[in-house]
Amino acid sequence: MARIIVVTSGKGGVGKTTTSASISTGLAKRGHKTVVIDFDVGLRNLDLIMNCERRVVYDFVNVIQGEASLNQALIRDKRVDTLYILPASQTREKEALTKDGVEKVINELSDTFDYIVCDSPAGIEHGALMALYYADEAVVVTNPEVSSVRDSDRILGILQSKSRRAEMGQDPVKEHLLLTRYNPQRVEKGEMLSVADVEEILAIPLLGVIPESQVVLNASNQGLPVILEGESDAGQAYDDAVGRLLGEDREHRFMTAQKKGFFSRMFKGG
Amino acid sequence: MTDTANPGVKQVFQLKSASVSMTALELHYFDNEDFEATLRDKISQAPGFFKDIPIIVSLEKYEGLDSELDFFKIIGACRRHQIHVVGVRGGNEDQRRLARGAALALLPGNSQRDRAHAPETSAETPEANGSAAPETQAASAGEPAPARVINQPVRSGQQIYAPEGDLVILAPVQAGAEVLAAGNIHVYGPLRGRALAGIHGAESARIFCQSLEAELVSIAGHYKISEDLQDNGWKKAVQIQLREDLLVVTPLDKA
Repeated sequence: MARIIVVTSGKGGVGKTTTSASISTGLAKRGHKTVVIDFDVGLRNLDLIMNCERRVVYDFVNVIQGEASLNQALIRDKRVDTLYILPASQTREKEALTKDGVEKVINELSDTFDYIVCDSPAGIEHGALMALYYADEAVVVTNPEVSSVRDSDRILGILQSKSRRAEMGQDPVKEHLLLTRYNPQRVEKGEMLSVADVEEILAIPLLGVIPESQVVLNASNQGLPVILEGESDAGQAYDDAVGRLLGEDREHRFMTAQKKGFFSRMFKGG
Repeated sequence: MTDTANPGVKQVFQLKSASVSMTALELHYFDNEDFEATLRDKISQAPGFFKDIPIIVSLEKYEGLDSELDFFKIIGACRRHQIHVVGVRGGNEDQRRLARGAALALLPGNSQRDRAHAPETSAETPEANGSAAPETQAASAGEPAPARVINQPVRSGQQIYAPEGDLVILAPVQAGAEVLAAGNIHVYGPLRGRALAGIHGAESARIFCQSLEAELVSIAGHYKISEDLQDNGWKKAVQIQLREDLLVVTPLDKA
């Protein structure tokens, strides 16, 4: 049985797809057979970030509607061979994702994969509800600003009430907070919420803090999951997060401002 | 409301309006054996109270299948314990048809009335409420209605409702969340959303919280919004009560 992880946020543009790409790559790199599903039907992005957009033949909706088999639609990652991508359809409506259809695909994937990562679309509409419905765990991606925190709170409420686990009365979906685009300098100036502020408001365990970084943007543009940029702060922060997701005990890093200049960063191996 | 009578002629009867306090049996699901066992248990707690009382079956919280709802069995079980089912309250069309088939009176559901005391519609004092509440929920023979206790954070977009008694929340109430109670509201955590106490008009209801950061607080329809709460007790542990039609916020360390 695969573990089903949804990456969600409510708000758009906070880094859900970046996080889905990095977490699934990180899990696969550790040898777990992993598939990442793009639930953002109509606005597909995951294939771009995973650099497989030219290899998309069939998509998630084709599989749901029986126009293609899973094996035809799954794309094997070229860098990590235990990683597969199930791309979203660019031309269909989100309503094409039916509860029964999604369940059928997830059940089939469950037989052969260790982890299923569901990349949720923004919002709290049908597509987002489908992405989180079957989840065992949720990575709630939040930026350190009030509107993102509010939307994350909303999605946490939905996870508690509308997921399959909630409807069946099973153990609740395990919630993780992933704070992205974190800029310690701006936090010190009072321009951003601090980790403590966000943790205090949302009251869920912290999975990781991803520092704001140019590397993230560059990696996305090159179609490289940022976790593979092992030298960068953001890449290491994602690697820590994946470790914690698997139960490893890792100290949180990149949460305080680097006071000194370029050289001290070099010496810290940052 | 009295029937106009012909003077001098003794009438068979006269119609008068009466408001009677009645016990409502709130049915969650129906299984004959469970029903009878629960009934026996309740009666054993206060045997005198249940003797020969009329009762109405409230279907507003009914979650079972319509096909399982057997009013004849309900009536029979109640009759065996000297309880008289006189009618049903709420329920959908099919359920009400079944009730009519069992010769039970149909009473309107009380959901609309509960709604009517939400802050949007009841900025004024809900005076109409006094006469419009014929049934008191006396099911527990004078004991107060049990408090509803919530252990998890109440998230944005969620609504928690205690239709009879107090509401106790052992976690934060987040911005964009709403908590409502017929009685008092206790929040052992920050109150960041909306809290409405005494929604059926109980002016003695109070709101307690460990940190007042609310979007709105209301007692018996009198409300204050966040802007009006900033000056007194903001982000402090407070109680809020109604004094002479005014909401008064008092920090708990000065109470």
